[in-house]
Amino acid sequence: MARATTTRRKIITTVAAWSIGLLIFFPILWTILTSFKTEAQAINDPPLFFFFDWTLENYAVVQERSDYMRFLWNSVILAGGSTLLGILVAIPAAWSMAFVPSKRTKDILLWMLSTKMLPAVGVLYPISLLFVQFNLLDTHIGLIVVLMLINLPIIVWMLYTYFKEIPGEILEAARMDGATLKEEILYILTPMAIPGIASTVLLNFILAWNEAFWTLNLTAAKAAPLTAFIASYSSPEGLFFAKLSAASTMAIAPILILGWFSQKQLVRGLTFGAVK
Amino acid sequence: MSLKNALRAVTALTLITATTGAFAETITIATVNNGDMIRMQGYTDDFTAKTGHEVEWVTLEENVLRQRVTTDITTKGGQFDIMTIGMYETPIWGANGWLVPLNDLSEEYDVNDILPAMRGGLSHDGTLFAAPFYGESSMVMYRTDLMEKAGLEMPEAPTWQFIREAAAAMDDPENDINGICLRGKPGWGEGGAFITVTGNSFGARWFDEDWNAQFDQPEWKEALEFYVSLMNDYGPEGYATNGFNENLSLFQQGKCGMWIDATVAASFVTNPDDSTVADSVGFALAPNNEGVDKRSNWLWAWALAIPAGTQKEEAAKAFIEWATSKEYIELVAAKEGWANVPPGARTSLYENPEYQKVPFAKMTLDSINAADPTDPTVKPVPYVGIQFVAIPEFAGIATEVSQEFSAVYAGQQSIDEALEKAQALTNDAMEAAGYR
Repeated sequence: MARATTTRRKIITTVAAWSIGLLIFFPILWTILTSFKTEAQAINDPPLFFFFDWTLENYAVVQERSDYMRFLWNSVILAGGSTLLGILVAIPAAWSMAFVPSKRTKDILLWMLSTKMLPAVGVLYPISLLFVQFNLLDTHIGLIVVLMLINLPIIVWMLYTYFKEIPGEILEAARMDGATLKEEILYILTPMAIPGIASTVLLNFILAWNEAFWTLNLTAAKAAPLTAFIASYSSPEGLFFAKLSAASTMAIAPILILGWFSQKQLVRGLTFGAVK
Repeated sequence: MSLKNALRAVTALTLITATTGAFAETITIATVNNGDMIRMQGYTDDFTAKTGHEVEWVTLEENVLRQRVTTDITTKGGQFDIMTIGMYETPIWGANGWLVPLNDLSEEYDVNDILPAMRGGLSHDGTLFAAPFYGESSMVMYRTDLMEKAGLEMPEAPTWQFIREAAAAMDDPENDINGICLRGKPGWGEGGAFITVTGNSFGARWFDEDWNAQFDQPEWKEALEFYVSLMNDYGPEGYATNGFNENLSLFQQGKCGMWIDATVAASFVTNPDDSTVADSVGFALAPNNEGVDKRSNWLWAWALAIPAGTQKEEAAKAFIEWATSKEYIELVAAKEGWANVPPGARTSLYENPEYQKVPFAKMTLDSINAADPTDPTVKPVPYVGIQFVAIPEFAGIATEVSQEFSAVYAGQQSIDEALEKAQALTNDAMEAAGYR
């Protein structure tokens, strides 16, 4: 009886999980399918699922019209650079908050998170003026700093949660053995928090890769990443859904593959702090 | 080498540089992803071969482009040497001193060849601030086969009453054919533009001479009642969210008897690669209400302008002269045929016997000529613009008003409620902006 219940429960949860998964994945699947249609097939009513003349023409057009590799490279630099910089800043910050908290640590953490609630457009002009002043418009370094600052609260919060799980006594023991602060963070704390750091890095990389407001507003020709590449195929007067879908597929493919291969680490890392 | 010789060499080099003009430059152009613009990008090599200047393109979605170029121009970001802007922004930005005046274009360019309506709409105080790359008005596109089947004949200049009669005759829900497809999507440039020109053709206006909102006047009520009843009876389901692209898709699939929209759509609906009804599309002037001497056609141009403060003004001007020239039109015609040249910008194009053979050429020109931005409706107005009011506050106000109207189309509120709200919010905004 108990076994039957368990099996039925397993089936139900499996079906439910697959259904939700497919539902979430459906827009991406539809984009990928549309990218292989002609423009006329893309707007066909009733919609065409799998039975249409598959074509690679849209990819050829997109490849011919845009320098995909340049956008891709910019995305890698911006997402990678901002993540690396963010981790370098966040590890010491999270260490101090987790192991030597002050009376105001909780307030600071909340305040940091509250900056995420500010609509980005609210600071568009001040940031733009700063960029003009310091000649940072359309440069990698300017955007790396901005993307790092945007995601810093999340990085610090995540690392703080992971660090809190590590017993302070271990660090204390290291200190008693003569470890300096640098050695304590580099050789004791970091190796112990590797799963947490890895998932933070992955999540932050994905967030930076997908960031569209600042990357569209602060770049032009030189530092524009894949978000700008997608935006260039959206049209108010003319139906270019198939080409737009091809551009979108090309833009999300790298991050989709990265996510697929690292999903185990990502899930492990994300549940590391919450569920012991 | 003696000091004297060195000085001579430097002087000679300076003179050569000065006489041969500036060095080849790389200019950055912000543009939208419209068919004609994309085509132009493909011919950039021709410009580079002629002038030596290189071009970098930044293609953006229309609303993102507006936000980007506004930020760039107001913060003096200097990221763009040329911007693609429309008829709404040009006179406002020109008046603010944000654009380089285009009053010294070369003689060969023949600035007088630009269609007067376009030139007027892209100027401020008689100074041209942007050169039209392509221009458009709006017109009726209809299915000739369905019209024939209904036993009707579309006049060259129909009234709204005839449009309703034809929509009723062509409406065929069983075969999934809507009598008429029109924009209802919120947004000042989407449904807002369409209902504004419909209002004009019923004698309505946005403001009186003292900038008081006019939504409490009977003309607006009449226009809205007509539109809502027409669309509820013969329009597609969910028309409150349909814009240009949604209606284009419906028309291309043969699901609309008529569609009143931008003249630029003519080349899409007659293209057999994308449209299932390509060989049975007819054109007519945008309609008017019986007895009203104003038609519901708008006027718009996508134009190229140079932001003040660019370091590459000469190269930018050279590009504008190339892209909006008669030679460019001939270049596109030679490679891709006359139906694919950018329309609505130059008089000489419409005098060309080859172009006159294009089915929608005459109707496009007639529609553009029938639009007068300085006299958009029956009663006098304090503003310039047909489907918009050329003041900076308009985009925000009209977007809100069009949201109220779309709520009527979706059946969420009554016409009276929407007009009352539109009246109040417009007057509030105008008061806050200091007009009243």
